[in-house]
Amino acid sequence: MSGPNTDYDPVEVAAVSPAELEAARDAALAAIAAATDLEQLKAVRTDHAGDRSPLALANREIGALPPQARKEAGQRVGQARGAVSKALAARQEVLEAEHEARILVEEAVDVTLPTDHDPVGGRHPLTTGAELIADIFVAMGWEVAEGPVIEAEWLNFDALNLGPDHPARTMQDTFWTEPADHHVVLRTHTSPVQARTMLTRGVSDGAPIYVVCPGRVFRTDEYDATHSPMFHQVEGLAIDEGISMAHLKGTLDHFATQMFGEGITTRFRPSYFPFTEPSAEVDLICFVCRGVGHDDTGQCRTCRGEGWIEWGGCGIVNPRVLQACGVDSERYSGFAFGMGIDRTLMFRHGLEDLRTLFEGDVRFTTAFGSEL
Amino acid sequence: MLAPVSWIRELVELPEHVTTEVLTDRLTALGLKLEAIQAADITGPLVIGRVLTQDKEPQKNGKVINWCTVDVGEANGTGEPQGIICGAHNFGPGDLVVVVLPGGVLPGGFEISARKTYGHVSAGMICSARELGLGEDHDGIIVLPPDAGQPGDDVFALLGLDDEVIEFEINPDRAYALSVRGVAREAALGFGVPFADPAERELPAVDGKAWEVVVDDPSGCPVFAARLVSGFDPTAPTPEFIKRRVEQAGMRSISLAVDVTNYVMLELGQPIHGYDADKVAGALGVRRARDGEKLTTLDDVVRELSVEDLVITDDSGPIGLAGVMGGATTEMSETTTRILIEAAHWDAVSMFRTGKRHKLTSEAGKRNERGVDPLLPGIAADRVVELLVEHGGATAEPGYTLVGTAPERHAITIATDLPARLSGIDITAMTTVESLRAIGATVTERDAETLEVVPPTWRPDINDPYDLVEEVVRIVGYDQVPSVLPRRATGRGLTRTQRLRRRIGRTLAGAGLVEVVSFPFVGEATFDKLGLPADDPLRTTVGLANPLSSEEPAYTTTLLPGLLDAASRNVGRGAPGVALFETGTVAFPADNGPAPIYGVHTRPSEAELEKLIEALPVQPQHLAVVLAGERRRAGWWGAGTDAGWTDALAVVRRLAADLGVTVEVASAARMPWHPGRCALISIDGVEIGHAGELHPNVCRAYGLPARSAAVELDLDAMMAAATEVVPGPEFSTMPLAKEDVALVVDASVTVAAVEAALREGAGDLLESIRLFDVYTGEQIDEGQKSLAFALRFRAPDRTLTEAETGAARDAAVARAAALTGAVQR
Ligand SMILES: [Zn+2]
Repeated sequence: MSGPNTDYDPVEVAAVSPAELEAARDAALAAIAAATDLEQLKAVRTDHAGDRSPLALANREIGALPPQARKEAGQRVGQARGAVSKALAARQEVLEAEHEARILVEEAVDVTLPTDHDPVGGRHPLTTGAELIADIFVAMGWEVAEGPVIEAEWLNFDALNLGPDHPARTMQDTFWTEPADHHVVLRTHTSPVQARTMLTRGVSDGAPIYVVCPGRVFRTDEYDATHSPMFHQVEGLAIDEGISMAHLKGTLDHFATQMFGEGITTRFRPSYFPFTEPSAEVDLICFVCRGVGHDDTGQCRTCRGEGWIEWGGCGIVNPRVLQACGVDSERYSGFAFGMGIDRTLMFRHGLEDLRTLFEGDVRFTTAFGSEL
Repeated sequence: MLAPVSWIRELVELPEHVTTEVLTDRLTALGLKLEAIQAADITGPLVIGRVLTQDKEPQKNGKVINWCTVDVGEANGTGEPQGIICGAHNFGPGDLVVVVLPGGVLPGGFEISARKTYGHVSAGMICSARELGLGEDHDGIIVLPPDAGQPGDDVFALLGLDDEVIEFEINPDRAYALSVRGVAREAALGFGVPFADPAERELPAVDGKAWEVVVDDPSGCPVFAARLVSGFDPTAPTPEFIKRRVEQAGMRSISLAVDVTNYVMLELGQPIHGYDADKVAGALGVRRARDGEKLTTLDDVVRELSVEDLVITDDSGPIGLAGVMGGATTEMSETTTRILIEAAHWDAVSMFRTGKRHKLTSEAGKRNERGVDPLLPGIAADRVVELLVEHGGATAEPGYTLVGTAPERHAITIATDLPARLSGIDITAMTTVESLRAIGATVTERDAETLEVVPPTWRPDINDPYDLVEEVVRIVGYDQVPSVLPRRATGRGLTRTQRLRRRIGRTLAGAGLVEVVSFPFVGEATFDKLGLPADDPLRTTVGLANPLSSEEPAYTTTLLPGLLDAASRNVGRGAPGVALFETGTVAFPADNGPAPIYGVHTRPSEAELEKLIEALPVQPQHLAVVLAGERRRAGWWGAGTDAGWTDALAVVRRLAADLGVTVEVASAARMPWHPGRCALISIDGVEIGHAGELHPNVCRAYGLPARSAAVELDLDAMMAAATEVVPGPEFSTMPLAKEDVALVVDASVTVAAVEAALREGAGDLLESIRLFDVYTGEQIDEGQKSLAFALRFRAPDRTLTEAETGAARDAAVARAAALTGAVQR
């Protein structure tokens, strides 16, 4: 503030001239306006608003004026300084904004540059496919049951009404573990999981069985584009009072719709499986041509013109199986179904060669992303 | 089963509108699944020609060709004789032959046109059976009987080329459909039209005089029929219709006598065997074979018989493997004039076992092991006699031997509404009764709710009420089953293990690892490639009795071989780096003896079930990871990084953190890992696996980049240790105090040891500790290393003073000095 200054020599003090003051103010405002960057503005600030600037000097002189002149001079100087300070602040703001904008422009990058530094992972479609299936059933209140891949012969065959001389035992060429007379096999289907479920859980009034069993199975098939010694199945089992083929059909229709889209239903054809009676093959209406068999370009490749795709087998659980597994076959009935997960994926995705599932080429797996 | 449509139509009056396609659709709906419809692959003009002239023209190469003129009537549009070159010689002027004219196409897309050859223009071709796809008989062209027709007549119908053959896939329960009789019966059922059963024949009275037959094993052979013909002309040709049908059914035409037995088998489904009666010594016998007996079968294989095999004998011993294949000593030949005909009903299980034991599949065996109508033997034998008399000039000898009677069928009791209840279709009692009668069953209504049903003799597969349900439902139509969702499922969702497994897969995929699924088969060479020592426990495997490859005869004990192969494949296909994981079952022998085989009429006891489970191999779920080559990619941003041992451990730690498991890490030496760069992973002191850099030899063996890394863990153990409920984390918001210390220790001292000592010494105020630098070099003595740790302190309730923090730091350093000999730098 402009208190008495001991160094000040009042003799040299002249009255503050309004004209000079105005000139100093105008010079300051012009310089401020002319400053094109923050650096220049800083210099302008020092020159026109700093301690040695004319306006600062004029301010200091006010104290030396006679009291009657002080008020008026003070007002004039104050106004001039106020105008300069305001202009400085405004200019500062403008220049800062310009500066920041320029930096953002200068920092622009080519956003089309690749950013693939991190490795891309992915889960196998057989895994996610089995999970998708499991989720469809879990949403209906079913559970997912599992069992060992190396299984007792009795559970894999006998308990499922495949006696030692049943022709079906040769239909499913089985891997036997050593020694062969120890009656242990690589399971040929996931049906032993159904047997295990009935055996360990039983069926009672409040606890019917509704389970799906996805899993890995083995048969002694030579490895080629459509056969593999190892593949994956999902089987389902429902045991409850009053279960009929209608419930089986309803369940499979729902499964088909969830898996392949609205309107995709199933049809049954009589067939034979030892663990079911009556037995049926289940076909799926082709989800590409919708049962027509062809499109504008010719025969449908997915169903080979059939309009239907063979999906799996199913039927009413043979009471002999219920008996072996300790379920009261007079009171309860059940249905079972089974289909290949690998096969399902093959036609769902138009895979030409089954072997791509087992080669482990990362390009195959990562292509699926999280579609399944 | 291959069934010619013309043959089916002979036995059933199919309505006009029933095309082959309509027929197969209906039969498929009834359970006889269409495999394929085979039709002659020929387009006309294919006509009768009469050979007018035949000039033999020797060629320079020594061959003689025939330049023929052939009258083809108006078929060539001119009525003029057609000039044709022919290389075959089994015909002459005046013969009626089959001519394909230019424009015709023969099987295999062979187009016929007029062409210049041997100095003539040959306008067409005189055809052999093979050229028309009618058989393998190449030598001769077809010479038609003189009354076959007029030149220019179309021959498609005459040769049966217009006849389609339906290939059915017959399920094991429908053995009756392995005959035209069975297929036609289903067709009649399907269209509600009359069926002329070819098995309805007048038979002579049984007098036992055709041949003496002694059946020692009536349970194995309930019915045995024998007939005899004499004066048979062994040179008599097989009539065209028999030959064609036998061949249409996929069998070879051999001789009239053999063709007739096959023809009748196709017609009725009853396998038949013909013996050269002059080679049979004494009575025919049926018994089980004796130990050490041998038999040379028709295929010239000497077979060691088992005491379970049923055999046909004469005075010389076994002369046939009953129901499966005849013997060589009594085989019919080109001189056979007396034929002994055998048609018998055999025990299906015995047939199945014999076929399996001797690895013999035959058309006869296929039918016998599935079950044949036991009423057929006498009928089939009589039909064979008829055809041999008619076409082979034979005389039917008087006498008809029939030993045994068809086993009686018991009635099945079934609730009348069972078909309706099990199908969910509104099936009336009347429909049920009518359907069962339609399949040939005898139905008695015991009361309003119950039926007594005796299945027909040709349906040995029908034994239970549910079997009858299938019959009713297939006749009503599987397409009538309504679609109804069951509504009573009350599941509890995924199990904890199932949820954890999904989480683990997602975590690993999120960490940039790709899941693979590989085969679990391994062999010694697999373990050698991993460098496992000879006594490594992983070499003790569950062996396979019948592996696909003798190189890989066992179920694996480790997931690494499959993963390493997949990694190698990716690298071989040009991937700069690959990070793979797999979860799956490995197996270790249990050595608890055999798994019992229990009965199936009642549930096994708990103890029995336990015994069954105990006999199975131990089958934990494992997780394995292989990281090879580039892990983080190089690019415009700078260099990339290659996978190494730290990536392997990082995966383990990431997984552990995700599951809330604390894993302990210690150094270990274990193939296939680098002996100095392998970590043993444990949980609460229990080993669960290894992680680290692969041994250089293993990288080389698999063609993987140096320093590739791998992990294998017991996933079951990992999941079992997962935190079930995470306690709410507590943390202070007071200011943080930082202290860094650099400690010099002997190079052999592990970071874990120093860190543990610091942690112990620092006390409760320590919030975290992290190693941030390891230094060896100029300012450090040889054999020592400097470890720099960042210690972070925080109190729950106040700002720490410098004195407090300093004291805690000093205590930490002092503890490290005491326990590890660390000296602060
Ligand atoms: Zn389609």
